[in-house]
Amino acid sequence: MTIDRTAGREYWRTLDELADDPSFRERLSNEFPSEVEAITDPATRRTFLKLMGASLALAGITACTRQPEEKIIPYVRQPETLIPGKPLFFATAMSLGGVATGLLVESHEGRPTKIEGNPLHPGSHGATDVFAQAAILGLYDPDRARTLSHLGDIRPWSTFIAMVRAALAAQQPLQGAGVRILTETVNSPALAAQIQQLLSRFPAAKWHQWDPASRHYAGGGAIAAFGQYLDAQYRLDQADVILALDADFLGSGPGGLRYARDFAARRLPAEAGRMNRLYALEAMPTPTGSRADHRLPLRPSEIGPVARQIAAALGVGSSDAAAAERSGDIQKWVAAIANDLQAHRGTSLVIAGDSQPAGVHALAHAMNRSLGNVGRTVVYTDPVEAAPVDQIQSIRELTADMDAGQVDLLVVLGGNPVYTAPADIPFARALDRVQTRVHLSQYADETSELCHWQIPEAHFLEAWGDARGFDGTVSIVQPLIAPLYGGRSAHEVLAAMSETPEKSGYDIVREHWMAQTGAVETAFDRQWRRWLHDGVIPGSALPERTAVSALAVPDASPEPETVAGLEIAFRLDPAVLDGRFANNGWLQELPKPITKLTWDNAVITSPATAAELRVSGRPSAQGGEHGQIISDIVELKYRDRAVRGAIFAVAGHPDGCVTVHLGYGRRRAGRVGNGMGFNAYALRTADAPMFGGGVEATATGEEYSLACTQYHHLMEGRGMVRAVTREEYMRDPRVVHEGHEEPPRTLTMYAEHKYEGYKWGMAIDVNACIGCNACVVGCQAENNIPVVGKDQVLRGREMHWIRVDSYYAGGSDNPETYFQPVPCMHCENAPCEVVCPVGATVHSHEGLNDMVYNRCVGTRYCSNNCPYKVRRFNYHLYQDWDTPSLKLGRNPDVTVRSRGVMEKCTYCVQRINSAKIESEKEGRRIRDGEIKTACQQACPADAIVFGDLNDPGSRVAAMQAEARNYSLLAELNTRPRTTYLAAVRNLNPELGDGL
Amino acid sequence: MDNPMPLEERQLTGAGSGVPVIAPGHTFGSVTDKISAIVLTRRTPIGWYLGFMTAAALTGLLLVSLSYLVVEGIGIWGNNIPVAWAFDITNFVWWIGIGHAGTLISAILLLLRQTWRTSINRFAEAMTLCAVACAGIFPLFHTGRPWLAYWLLPYPNTMGIWPQFRSPLVWDVFAVSTYATVSLLFWFVGLVPDLATLRDRSQSRTGRIIYGALALGWRGSAMHWHRYETAYLLLAGIATPLVVSVHTVVSFDFAVAIVPGWHTTIFPPYFVAGAIYSGFAMVLTLSIPIRAIYGLQDFITLRHLENMAKVMLVTGLIVAYGYTVEAFIAWYGGNAYEGFMIWNRITGPYAPAYWALLLCNVIIPQILWFKSVRTNVIVLFVLSLVVNVGMWLERFIIIVTSLHRDFLPSSWGMYQPTFWDWSTYLGTIGLFLMLLFLFVRFLPLISIFEMRTLLPEAKGEQ
Repeated sequence: MTIDRTAGREYWRTLDELADDPSFRERLSNEFPSEVEAITDPATRRTFLKLMGASLALAGITACTRQPEEKIIPYVRQPETLIPGKPLFFATAMSLGGVATGLLVESHEGRPTKIEGNPLHPGSHGATDVFAQAAILGLYDPDRARTLSHLGDIRPWSTFIAMVRAALAAQQPLQGAGVRILTETVNSPALAAQIQQLLSRFPAAKWHQWDPASRHYAGGGAIAAFGQYLDAQYRLDQADVILALDADFLGSGPGGLRYARDFAARRLPAEAGRMNRLYALEAMPTPTGSRADHRLPLRPSEIGPVARQIAAALGVGSSDAAAAERSGDIQKWVAAIANDLQAHRGTSLVIAGDSQPAGVHALAHAMNRSLGNVGRTVVYTDPVEAAPVDQIQSIRELTADMDAGQVDLLVVLGGNPVYTAPADIPFARALDRVQTRVHLSQYADETSELCHWQIPEAHFLEAWGDARGFDGTVSIVQPLIAPLYGGRSAHEVLAAMSETPEKSGYDIVREHWMAQTGAVETAFDRQWRRWLHDGVIPGSALPERTAVSALAVPDASPEPETVAGLEIAFRLDPAVLDGRFANNGWLQELPKPITKLTWDNAVITSPATAAELRVSGRPSAQGGEHGQIISDIVELKYRDRAVRGAIFAVAGHPDGCVTVHLGYGRRRAGRVGNGMGFNAYALRTADAPMFGGGVEATATGEEYSLACTQYHHLMEGRGMVRAVTREEYMRDPRVVHEGHEEPPRTLTMYAEHKYEGYKWGMAIDVNACIGCNACVVGCQAENNIPVVGKDQVLRGREMHWIRVDSYYAGGSDNPETYFQPVPCMHCENAPCEVVCPVGATVHSHEGLNDMVYNRCVGTRYCSNNCPYKVRRFNYHLYQDWDTPSLKLGRNPDVTVRSRGVMEKCTYCVQRINSAKIESEKEGRRIRDGEIKTACQQACPADAIVFGDLNDPGSRVAAMQAEARNYSLLAELNTRPRTTYLAAVRNLNPELGDGL
Repeated sequence: MDNPMPLEERQLTGAGSGVPVIAPGHTFGSVTDKISAIVLTRRTPIGWYLGFMTAAALTGLLLVSLSYLVVEGIGIWGNNIPVAWAFDITNFVWWIGIGHAGTLISAILLLLRQTWRTSINRFAEAMTLCAVACAGIFPLFHTGRPWLAYWLLPYPNTMGIWPQFRSPLVWDVFAVSTYATVSLLFWFVGLVPDLATLRDRSQSRTGRIIYGALALGWRGSAMHWHRYETAYLLLAGIATPLVVSVHTVVSFDFAVAIVPGWHTTIFPPYFVAGAIYSGFAMVLTLSIPIRAIYGLQDFITLRHLENMAKVMLVTGLIVAYGYTVEAFIAWYGGNAYEGFMIWNRITGPYAPAYWALLLCNVIIPQILWFKSVRTNVIVLFVLSLVVNVGMWLERFIIIVTSLHRDFLPSSWGMYQPTFWDWSTYLGTIGLFLMLLFLFVRFLPLISIFEMRTLLPEAKGEQ
């Protein structure tokens, strides 16, 4: 962890304590007489003893190991399930943007250390996204809000209850007319019930929702199409032809993990006739677009008209005249896509993205209906959200009420509306008019700053709850640890506002579900235990709505898409989302898909547009293409508002458009996230929350350093990623190996390794990888990989053991994009092993290239000689050895590395050994699939497979026997154990290779 | 010239050369007086104090840099992934290379009976030792955990682990430590008769004690001289292969690796030639000011300078051949990575350094074909500096440009030196100069007794 060293290690709870003024001391002596001495006296008894101890140690008694100062207490009676050293797994769920993902959380002696997907959860199937992987660090973040406070003073929970009850009592006669609740998107049935209860007690009170990550337009599209809120779910396993309209359905959004898996399962070229075809019309290049067989870059405003033309060709609506005048190139696309969709009636699918307006969503619904896809590749259910509303309208109304002085008590349950509210809704100003403001949040953020009461929010690993997944499946959110900083959940805050103020979150959730099932206590208890164990409530998925007949065909040209000039598109950041993860070092340092930027957002545009604006980015000598990119700062002026950001040109981005990511420019995120990037919310208005036209971009002449881990995306004819078309592949699969030579196996000085027991290997399917980065964060969490900070990334020293390389093929206006996850190859002829002077990296008899940290003296020769550059060196003491909360989150099975040693991927040797111990106890070989590496486990696309190559029946052996299998840089005779499966693109002959 | 040079001496010093290796008019006494006076009687010039203080200050900078390095880590340098070696190993190879001239002059030229070497061999050897001391700092301190660097030594230990003998870094340890030991012995043995001279002539008691102890009881008996000659010749025999072996082994650090630009069989001869090239350049850099300051033009004559310039010309051409063959094979071999590597050197981000290297090492030194240049002290001095810079650039180019863009374009990066990279490098230059200043002040910088053998008197006695 990089934490500002000057402020590091010394934590203060209030501004007063920091200032250390006399009134604070006085108050302290009144409240905590016993602690006064410890805080005020520079040389307390404890310090004296410490000094004594230190001098004894210096005198040579013993100073070799640092013993913790705290006393330890052994278990007198060991809990039944708890065996030290054996982790336990608990099912729980994490919600983002109103959709939950089921998780299994690894717990070591009561400390959650690693998050995996819950295989029983339909939205996960065992996979996770980066946010779930990084949630562990969020839990232990030392910058989280730690105390309940009123105007900065610490208050007990009881004082808050008293206050809120008094405020509510005062509202009783008014029926709660001055009470407002502001939540994010609610997908917790129990929470919704609690709010409804409160609203029934105070009929004049209002519940508002604002979530910058919510899917504003999808709801509007459903209203337009069906007259009611409905959720569309896609059956990608049934879809042969898919059209994505600016939809990153694989990389983000509800069900993304599930869709990625279903999609990847239909990309196996060996299974004739099963391979699907994806068309993507999109603006900012996304993981989904890069997996598309045909991708057409279009400005966000152009996507609707082109979609309408496709629809018209399908007989849905009528194409407007203006669009018909489009170039012949687009016409060719329209015709080809429409023909392909027509040819696959019932097995095609049109998906509209969250950034496209409601009209496009309605159009997609209409197209799916006309193609006979409804009920086959797309099904409709009641919404997963407990109470879907137009959230922009919702926050607008709330702001108006506050501005009018009608709000006496505002309770903000989660979220950071002061930071995230649309720029033209003066939420922060209006907030000032509210008599009592309560903010429940994990950080003392921008909103907390303006609220009277700040309640530290419990992390989802600390509190009970419930949540619906993308298909409605309910999971009970189980805590794994008592709140570290006395946090409260939204359930508990709402309980405080009810008749039963001290009711625990557990009781609230359990009673809610007991009432739902109608079962009696003992019977329910059995059910409840089952639910907790499985992580899902069986049969709770929302049923398919078959009677969605009243499908209006949307008017052909109602959308006000007169977007002129340079366009601007707003996107949630792939790493920090809407800004809520800004203080998470793992996510900040994660190279974002496509751009490979870390620690910053940027003004992203196409190379041509950047050239037009006369701005550019160029690698500096510090770190170069693998470190520092010096970019020109442009000023974006949009509707009388302006922000400044660094330009970053991305191949495949449409011309005449800039994309900015939200979530940066935080002022009060914490020590990690403060001041990173620029705040794109400052430009985002309520009427155009996803894109708009007429932005002016002017070069300021200033420069900015962007930390980018990969700036060079061309393969230089080296064939790192091998890609062929399906047609070529079907003709002769050996086409994959054309032009690549592998030296004969006899070509080595040394005797071959034998590998009599296990022979570990990995196969990575480049065709499946969507570049989502889940493997990177999964690996970081599993292997205690430190965060190095922006300065070190600028110098090319990030520590990730697995990276996702992305390569382009074709022109810069619309290239093919390929992702290639690169962990250690565990070469059989490892170049690193020969050159290490002390034998710190050695070949194991099972084929692992072991790294012996204790033995490493740090010559870095191994890294120089590694052609894959997967080795990482601790140039500084990157690991935070001191912050206590971070120690809790580490994996106890993995060494925490110190300064001056080399490290790299181990194939998760700790997992191998743990499985080996289990199998040896049972006197058997390790079964295939028993060991999953952290990257493999996180991967939603199932692109990474690990196993025993000596077992001919193993999945990895089967994959490596496939014709698509190839070794990276095979010509070097390193004989990598990690191999790749070539990408195969399923081209539409009508469009040819012209993308 | 009053008396024509005896025939034997002309044969000894190389036929056809007009300038003698020692100016006429000297006697045994005047040689001894002149050289020993620098140490014993002459006032130490103010320039010595200024130079020494500057060098000592730079050495202080080295100490600060190394202390900070140990406290904070290699991260204070600009090294990264992919460029995990940069200034550290560049400087190591550069210093080791510089040392080579000393051994070559003292050992090989002795065996080849090139007596002109006599007046430069002493401080060339001292220069070797100082350069090796500077070189040794880098492999030690460039490790991530220098306090464990002794694990590279093969010593019996409770862990039962030996070094990994396939690694060229282990070979380096042997090569460099052997080299340092033999060079030290060779230099010291050669000093013994002169130390005795200083002992006998020293005015101060301290001087007599110290020089006396160091002279190991030398009395100049025939037996002593006999033993001395045998030992010196033996050491020369031992040192001779080291001239070739040390830089060969150093080049293995690169040649054994698979990195394009490193993995090449031409490295051993090319490195050895480069080492001698840079070594002679450094001897020139040092000897030209020293002979001017101490008025030693009589002993270090234009003849010496010209001979050294000739050696530089030859080794420079060998190095140029190396560059050419490297580029030719990259093209002829048809290996895409090699081809790219050369192309990247020529046109990539470090191209200015590459062209500067060719200018310094290949183009400018061609002026040495002209005798007027070889005998022009000022031009030679400037040229020697140019070659020193060129040879440093050569190592930088080999190390950094090969690493910064190797196999996978996704990992391409760049390296930029930080303040601490420079301070460590300058610090070692300071250490080098400081040690040399001490040497010049306290030891005879030219071999007194060997110079005496060059005099006509010595020939006459034969």
